[in-house]
This record gives sequence, structure tokens and C-alpha cells, in this order.
Amino acid sequence: MAYSDKVVEHYNNPRNVGSFTKDTPGVGTGLVGAPECGDVMKLQIKVNLETGVIEDAKFKTFGCGSAIASSSLATEWLKGKTVDEAGKIKNTDIVNELKLPPVKIHCSVLAEDAIKAALADYKDKHAPQTAGAASK
Amino acid sequence: MALKFPIFMDAQSTTPCDPRVVEAMLPYFTDKFGHPASRNHPFGWEAEAAVDAGRGRLARLIGARDPKELVFTSGGTEAINLALKGVAEMYREKGTHIVTTVIEQRAGIDVCKRLERQGLQVTYVPVQPDGLIDVDEIRKAVTDKTILISVMFANNEIGTIQDIAAIGKLAKEKGILFHTDATQAVGKTPVDVEAMGIDLLSCTAHLVYGPKGVGALYVRRKGPRVRLAPLFDGGGHERGMRSGTLPVPLIVGFGRAAEICQESMVEENRRIARMRDRLQDMILSSVDEAFLNGRPDRRLAGNLNISFAYVEGESVLMGLNKETALSSGSACTSATLEPSYVIAALGASTELAHSSIRFSLHRFNTDEEVEYVGQRTIEVIKRLRDMSPLYELAKEGVDIKTIKWKAE
Repeated sequence: MAYSDKVVEHYNNPRNVGSFTKDTPGVGTGLVGAPECGDVMKLQIKVNLETGVIEDAKFKTFGCGSAIASSSLATEWLKGKTVDEAGKIKNTDIVNELKLPPVKIHCSVLAEDAIKAALADYKDKHAPQTAGAASK
Repeated sequence: MALKFPIFMDAQSTTPCDPRVVEAMLPYFTDKFGHPASRNHPFGWEAEAAVDAGRGRLARLIGARDPKELVFTSGGTEAINLALKGVAEMYREKGTHIVTTVIEQRAGIDVCKRLERQGLQVTYVPVQPDGLIDVDEIRKAVTDKTILISVMFANNEIGTIQDIAAIGKLAKEKGILFHTDATQAVGKTPVDVEAMGIDLLSCTAHLVYGPKGVGALYVRRKGPRVRLAPLFDGGGHERGMRSGTLPVPLIVGFGRAAEICQESMVEENRRIARMRDRLQDMILSSVDEAFLNGRPDRRLAGNLNISFAYVEGESVLMGLNKETALSSGSACTSATLEPSYVIAALGASTELAHSSIRFSLHRFNTDEEVEYVGQRTIEVIKRLRDMSPLYELAKEGVDIKTIKWKAE
């Protein structure tokens, strides 16, 4: 199977590989997938607590080239978006951008899951300290 | 010598035709095009003589007493189908049980699955962590209904060479037929159907520097005389076991390829094993948590199979595929989207099955290619590990098995 140029490009030059310290203020971490399925993605966002804008994003992925490309693309798209806007990124957007074939659609689904997990983690950690919403 | 790209180290998937093989074949496409079953003119005689010579060369390579014991097929898959289905149908009165292993190649497994659907019983003997089948496990699996034991000679992924002679001896003791899928073994390691007690043996030309499209099934004629129901009906060629016009040029090529293998096997294996060992040492000495799959001391000379923990196989191949052809047990590289069942059967974690890479060296590889592929592999693994969340967790001292993963 031949890879699309965009997948190859992201694989060769992945954007935003790396990690933030998990407990840094503003950081949300998503870890999705499973080693026995052959795909694990860790995706992190760093949100400006004043503006609610994602200032930085990083990923690490265990998986095929399409999984690496999907998560690399996701970090690119996340930067500059608000938390709410980020929640609207869909796996189909990733499929279209990277021209993923049907057998690789699960990679884009995993990337969407990773975004959602990172956002949820961020919201969990930074929930307003009001009635009953104790921070975890 | 300058390197020529891409470098081919996927010789257990196929091999290039040896130029000497092509040279031998060429006249049989044009000048010597006769039908070997044409008994009444020189074109036929010439073709028949060529087929007989090819058959004789292959017979010598596998130690067959009589070249007539070889039945030409379209390849290894057909030979395996003919052996298993042919015996199952012909000996149905005698019994309905087959003993095979979990590490057979796809053709072997799939034919057995079909036979099961048709009412036969099949026992799939497990494999030990080192890749070897325990002969006692086969002994235990045999029943009074068993008509056939089918065990591959050398594995296509991990290269492990089974104790075929011991299995042959067991089969003789029990009076059961013994088939071996020797598609990866013939021409690469000594095979002797007489000394090893083999009744049926499948092999193929394209893995021994011969052409694609031809294989053979050895069918023992004496002690015991094996009978087979054919897969195809037709002109009754190949002693009635495989109807169809023989592909004379391919058989000539197969014969020549067998002859070259026989002449050069000892020297060639020494050379290929030396290159393989160099590649193995390079990689294992510079990459941590890289695990050799299969038993190192009972392995095809060209085979090297390593699982690189924390990186996924397809991504490794992708990092190399412009310059080097390798293969992986990763699900993403298989038609079935399942990771290697062979590596998984060794008891390795599924993750390590996804992470396995097979290097298979061949006659035309060079020391320079080995150095290059070794270096590049090390670089790619390091790059991917820097990108791997699993490697990061492991380095932090987290045991990945203790994490509750949400499998899709």
C-alpha cells in the first residue's frame, strides 16, 4: 500500500513531538489506544488559563505511519484554537486532510479520541472551584 | 562497491531469479516450446526430456529415490492444498484426524480450517517459546483416527528449523503419513525425504532463485505408496495427481535453481549466515529491548527476526522502505489486519508481535548492504522510540502491563 504524500511528510517531519510535565498548570493529557492493538497515542495540550486558547500541543505515538501522521496533524490543528473549538475537530477532517485509506480510518478515530481525552483531562483539572466541583 | 537502492532483504517472501536460471529457461519459451505429453514428434520429446531433467535435479536436491515421486504444481500453495486435501479425501475411510501446528503458513492453516468445516478433526499443536515444536506434543495429539501429520520444515517468519527426522520417525512408528511444508527449507538447508521419513513434501521455485508460478509436491511411491485424490480433473498428467499442461520453461528453471542450490548450499549458507550474524550483532548491540524471535541455533541462514519493544513494525518499515525492503509481523502490514500469529504463538505479548521485523537475506546481498541496513535500522528505531509514549513510560519506570488500556 502506498502512503499519501501528506502522511509521508508528517512521518518524516512530525510536528510537536514531545511531552509537557503533566501537572503543569494549563496542561491536559490524553493517553488512548492499547499496545496490543498496535496503536497508543499520547496527546497533550497547554492552555493559556487567561484566554482559554491552546498555546501549545505535543504528542507521542506508538503506531503505524498513519497513526503518527494523524496525531502530528492533530497537534498542528490544536494550536491557536480555544478549548471549545478544539472539541469540534472530527476524525473525518483528519481522514480528508491526510487522504487516509479505509484500513487506516481507525488512526484518525484514535487521534480524535486523544484530543477529546486531553480536553477532558484539562477540564477535569481546571474545573472552576465552585459548588462540589472539587479538583481531582 | 556502490550501493544500489532499494536493497532487498525480504527473501523469505520471494527471491530474484538467478541469471543462470533465466538463461536455462529462455530457449523453452521460443525454440523448444513443445508439449511434454506430445508423444509422437520431436517437439514433444524435447520438452519431455527437459521436464525429466528438471524433475531429476529437484529429486536429487531433496533425496527422492525416484524423480517420478515429484508432482509439479503452480507453487507451494497448490502443493499444500493437494497434499492435505488429497490425503483427506483418499484416506477418509481410514480416518478423519489431522495433526498440524499453530505456526504453519497461511495455506496450511486455511486448508485445515476448510477440512474442519467438511467434518474432519484437526489438532493444532502449540509451539514452544523458542519456535520449536515439541515432538512429544505431536505424539500426544495422535489418535487412532489420525491419517496425517503435517508440520512445516522451516518457518517463514522466524526461520526455525523443526526436528523433521524425529517427526518422520514418529509417523512411521504410528503408521501415519507425514507431510512437511518445506517451501522455506528446500534449497536452503539439507532435506532428505528418505533419511527424514517424509511421505509428502511441498516446495516452490520462487524462494530458491527460480521463477514464480511453479512448485512441486513430493509423493512417496514406496514404503508406503501414498495415494492422493487430485484437485483438478483433466488429462491425467503427473501420474493422475495433477492434470494440466506442464509449464516446461518454469520446470526447467526450477530444476536449474535446484541444481545451483545443491552445488552451492554449504558455501552459500556460511556466507549468508555470516552476514546475518553481523546484522544481528550490530542491531542487538546498539538497541536495548530488542528481542530475537526463534531459536538462534536452529535457524535458516538468511533469517533474522527481531521484535523492537515500544515501536510498531509498519512504522519501522515506513522509515526504511524507500531504501530497504523488509517485512513485519505488524497487523498493519498483513492482509488480515491481525498481527503475526507466529510471533504471538511463541508466547510473546501481542505488542511484540506488532513490533517484529523480519530481515531475510539472500544469495545476492553484500556486506556493504548489511552495514547500511543495520545502521539505518538502528537510526529509525531510535527516532521512533523518541516518539513512542510507551518507551517514555518504560523509561519513567512505569510497567506498561499495569496500565488499564482501553482497547478499541
